[in-house]
Amino acid sequence: MIDFIMQPWPWWFSGLVISSVMFLLLFFGNSFGFSANLRTICSIGGAGKRVKFFDFDWKKQIWNLVFLVGAILGGYITSEFLTYPDQVVDISENTIKDLEALGFSAPTSMQPAELFSLENAFTLKGFLILAIGGLMVGFGARYAGGCTSGHAISGIADLQIPSMIAVAGFFIGGLIMTFGIFPLIF
Amino acid sequence: MKFIKYLIVGALFGIVMAKSEAISWYRIQEMFRFQAFHMYGIIGVAAVLGIIGVALIKKFKARDVQGNPILFFPKNKSVARYLIGGTIFGLGWALSGACPGPMVVNIGYGFISFGIVLVFATLGTYLYGAIKDKLPH
Repeated sequence: MIDFIMQPWPWWFSGLVISSVMFLLLFFGNSFGFSANLRTICSIGGAGKRVKFFDFDWKKQIWNLVFLVGAILGGYITSEFLTYPDQVVDISENTIKDLEALGFSAPTSMQPAELFSLENAFTLKGFLILAIGGLMVGFGARYAGGCTSGHAISGIADLQIPSMIAVAGFFIGGLIMTFGIFPLIF
Repeated sequence: MKFIKYLIVGALFGIVMAKSEAISWYRIQEMFRFQAFHMYGIIGVAAVLGIIGVALIKKFKARDVQGNPILFFPKNKSVARYLIGGTIFGLGWALSGACPGPMVVNIGYGFISFGIVLVFATLGTYLYGAIKDKLPH
């Protein structure tokens, strides 16, 4: 039991827990959509005075911000208490080979140091990768009216056609980046 | 106190994102290269259970903890916004390896460089709000 929790969780168990998170939020009278928090943060920052899109009653979204704080806490709890030290992500041999061809060494932790170590995050190229990646995620999520939680989980659960189109878009973009743009920038 | 339950469910979300390795840039690459079932299994199980659960909520007209009916609102019918917005999202997802939830989970996990990704995701959301009337929806 303890070993099960400390090891990386299998896909079926992870899917079950994510689905439970969605249903708990529904039974609390809300819905699962994480990227709405980014809009709320803009509103709290005063963006509603300049841009109408941010002029809404953000106090109704406080629950979601508390959920966000919980998510940060969950990340901390996992790395501090729920993981064996030196655990590496066990990705497929083919992915390791493909990424090595782009200049990434085999995984030694959860994230590649080539992108997320602080030394690399504050080189010009490293910073631009993180900044442009974030910019596109934030812009695209609001343009599409939701992110992975709002569309791929909540929207698909309700069999919404718009969410299926959005998820198709997620993959179009992901494949263009992975196979079209990665060979040019790495 | 009424918010404590959201803190707990949020923590559960953060834990499952980290323990499933869905917060890992490597796993997102593996997914977009179709080289493992892992991420598809996670999303697939969540989707199938979600579809069954939502259908049951509708059939039995289930209510939330306050006693209000649980309602689902159809999203506006359109193709452009979902396809274009989704594609831009996907470009950023593959590049940074994180959608908005995993960004903050990574920060908690100790990868504070995701703070840069999160700040720019917030700026991206602001940019969308500022120019949305000029975009096809």
